[in-house]
Amino acid sequence: MKKILNLALATALVMALLAGCGSESATTPAASSAAGTSSSASTPTEQTSSVTGTVTASGSSALLPLAQAGADAFSKENPDCSVTVNGGGSGTGLKQVADGSVDIGNSDVFAEQKLDASVAAGLVDHQVCTITMAPIVNKDLGVTNLTKQQLIDIFTAKTTNWKDVGGPDLEILLVTRPTSSGTRALFKTWALDGAEEASNQSLETDDSGTLLQTVQQNKGAIGYVALSYLVNNSDVQSVSIDGVAPTLENTYNGTYLVWGFEHMYTKGEGSDAAQAFIKFMMSDDFAPSIEAMGYGASSKMSTQAVSTHNK
Amino acid sequence: MLDSKSLGTVKKSIPERRLFYKEYMGRSIVTICGLFMIALTVSIGAFLIYKGTGTFTRYGHSVFEFLFSAEWSPMDSGTQSGGGVGAAIYIFGSLLTCGIALAIAAPFSLAAAIFITEISPKLGARLIQPAVEIFVGIPSVVYGWVGLTVLVPFIRDTFHAPMGGYSVLAASIVLAVMIFPTITTVAADSIRCVPVMYREAAYGLGSTRWQTIYRVTIPAAAPGIITGIVLGLSRAFGEALAVAMVIGKTRAFPAGLLYPTNNLTAAIAADMGNSADGGEHNLALWSMALLLFLISMLFIMVIHMVSKKQEGVCE
Repeated sequence: MKKILNLALATALVMALLAGCGSESATTPAASSAAGTSSSASTPTEQTSSVTGTVTASGSSALLPLAQAGADAFSKENPDCSVTVNGGGSGTGLKQVADGSVDIGNSDVFAEQKLDASVAAGLVDHQVCTITMAPIVNKDLGVTNLTKQQLIDIFTAKTTNWKDVGGPDLEILLVTRPTSSGTRALFKTWALDGAEEASNQSLETDDSGTLLQTVQQNKGAIGYVALSYLVNNSDVQSVSIDGVAPTLENTYNGTYLVWGFEHMYTKGEGSDAAQAFIKFMMSDDFAPSIEAMGYGASSKMSTQAVSTHNK
Repeated sequence: MLDSKSLGTVKKSIPERRLFYKEYMGRSIVTICGLFMIALTVSIGAFLIYKGTGTFTRYGHSVFEFLFSAEWSPMDSGTQSGGGVGAAIYIFGSLLTCGIALAIAAPFSLAAAIFITEISPKLGARLIQPAVEIFVGIPSVVYGWVGLTVLVPFIRDTFHAPMGGYSVLAASIVLAVMIFPTITTVAADSIRCVPVMYREAAYGLGSTRWQTIYRVTIPAAAPGIITGIVLGLSRAFGEALAVAMVIGKTRAFPAGLLYPTNNLTAAIAADMGNSADGGEHNLALWSMALLLFLISMLFIMVIHMVSKKQEGVCE
């Protein structure tokens, strides 16, 4: 008897959990639509102009904070539309949008690099913003500029002591990201001219937050993160490449090359709600928020800057 | 319309029906749950085999290469192939860290188990065992975080470790702390299960307390103790997060205890989300997952074989 009771309780608990997960997305639009109808009674025109429905997105963790902020702002303007954004990585995002389990797949890389050509052809690319990668070192190291060749030598472990590149007599500690990381792919292409990092002599961290912490804790460490991680962060020192500082201005004017587009992929044109959300992300209204978070607005990229990345 | 007679029979049969209903409802819920568990295990196994063998069937790598080569450079785009999928570094990393963790934790656990059952059973049952059991419930991320913020800098500063303190040693110590409570609890339960008459017989023959413990009690409880050790080992083997935070994840065989390396679980966790689904890299990770599954199956089989041998009254 007691066993059955326990079992029933356990089942009820599991059910409640499952129901709780499911209803989160289901109740939000219902609740907000109820609020919407009360206000639309006075202004009936508003209801037709605002977007309804749900948008789901998953993928790139580099884009996640911005997509999350965009989703919050978008939901505020369109209370009848709920946007859910998850991480999971670029590969996951692309796969899920291709098989239709999410509306938008966020990715650091072009779909063609991760999916079969036939599958990638069915996806539409929206380059919502740019992301700039900066080499970072410990604040106490005293190195603020490296030439591209020095950078390549450091990351391929040809140079192993800071004294060879104008720093103190200290072993270099490489801190990198996993081979499948979009951040690493961008850095490899544009900062290291395609040279493979010395994975056998570097610490690999799953996320940029841990990487920052490792660089912060070790005087001889060097790594790289997106500018979005350096907003309001004075614990590490970003390094200029060939005298060009990793800033948004230098990205816009085409002098700093280590950047890439962040992509939001839809399957075909995508649902109306998904299109509206992406349009909102790329709008001039949202651009200041993009820049405040350390990303670059696609619309501000100079033709010169864009042409450097058209291979 | 119901006449009074039929109403009466309905009323009478309610308690019987309820009993009948309860009896069968309970039984069917339990049966369904039991079958569901079996189905779940079998389907997870089948799925892992389906995904994990892709490396060998679809991309034509040999099992030998996967297990013994250190050449890890799988392609990660579409269905391109041609990279190496040698997982030897990861496998070695897992074996090494778990082995050292076990070497550290097993003696401590055994000693603790003896203390709380034989030396100080009252204090043990009331205070120490509950305290140890709380340890089992601490999430691995907490162990990892403490390791990252306390242990890693400590190793760096004390032993002047070359790579910032991220090392085999740090990973092993974190794992040892994690599996200590598992081994202790299972071993203590097993020692308690040794029948009192064994001890009485030993004392009757003139043994001291210590002689009784290490000549009679421990050998009699050995199967349970080994079960605890294997359980601890399988927890250590499957642990991803805490190890990933302190091992450094360098793709190289460690040159020593103070050097970083990588292991199976951390490597899977690092790349599973970003690698292209169905690609060579992705399937190689699935093969590593399959390997972990097979290893844990092996551990479970060992436990079953060993635990059958234990004699005693309690289960």
